[in-house]
Amino acid sequence: MSTVFPQWEVFVRARRGLDHQHAGSVHAPDGETALRAARDLFTRRQEGVSLWVVPSNEIVASDPADVGALFEPAADKAYRFPTSYELPPEVDHM
Amino acid sequence: MTADLLTHVLRQGDRALVLSHRLAQWITHAPTLEEDVALANISLDLLGQARHLFTYAGEIEGKGHDEDHFAYWRDAAEFRNPLLVEQPNGDFAVTIARQVFHDQAALLYWESMTESTDATLAALAARARNETAFHLQHSAGWLIRLGDGTDESQRRAQAGVDAMWPFTLELLGADDEGALRADGLIGGSIETAWRAAVAGTLLEAGLRTPTEAHQRAGGIHGTHSEHLEPLLEEMQQLARAHPGASW
Repeated sequence: MSTVFPQWEVFVRARRGLDHQHAGSVHAPDGETALRAARDLFTRRQEGVSLWVVPSNEIVASDPADVGALFEPAADKAYRFPTSYELPPEVDHM
Repeated sequence: MTADLLTHVLRQGDRALVLSHRLAQWITHAPTLEEDVALANISLDLLGQARHLFTYAGEIEGKGHDEDHFAYWRDAAEFRNPLLVEQPNGDFAVTIARQVFHDQAALLYWESMTESTDATLAALAARARNETAFHLQHSAGWLIRLGDGTDESQRRAQAGVDAMWPFTLELLGADDEGALRADGLIGGSIETAWRAAVAGTLLEAGLRTPTEAHQRAGGIHGTHSEHLEPLLEEMQQLARAHPGASW
């Protein structure tokens, strides 16, 4: 069988109350099959209580070439960090 | 009663072990890497069920035999698995058809066994039921996709269903377990529920339910097809070449 199935990104929630975290990807013809494959590959050792699969081609990603325009302007904006506030001792270790 | 229970437990253990080995034969041959892992996982679940059943068989028998004895030191005529599970893998559609028929029967069996008056079997059933429910999602999901897929996948899926159908009646219960049933050790017949569920899956897959003709049976009484001996030879070779070896 030479058919290459579409790729799906897999997100696993480890416990109730935690966020889903990206775990990896699988190839599958549809979402249900992708979920079953993800269960076998990523939750065999009790790693999760919930799974999401998302078609990889539905993810809109930032372009690595744009890294300067997107992220570097944040580097010299010290006023965005709340480091100049004096904290009362009660919250000293925030 | 003890002899009846031992036979019953060996039938179930042999069913799980032989099918486990058949699925293990797919490893590195499955259509995709994901499917390789899926079939291996199902194979390992079945192997785990077989180990529990053989350990229990040893307790019932009372001759000090462990799980390895039942797996490795019996010959084909002593195996009590239904003929279906020893049938060769064929193409992927044959394997999936075999698996759907098996998984549906196994799910109904384990569901009924959670009510067994035998505490060991009832406890195993609670775990095996969950495992088997996932196996059935996998196999039925594939059969529906193959049947409802391309012309070729539908042709192959129907061929797989037709090829495996003659071995299904034997899955639906033995004719010599009335005493166990009367004592509540095993549940009632699963035949009606199995037929309804499988007909539903085949309908959803757009496949034809075969007619009843030419049913083959005998495995649960020790009369096997020509396919079991080569399977056991492969499976038992290492244990017999190096008795007592561990690794």
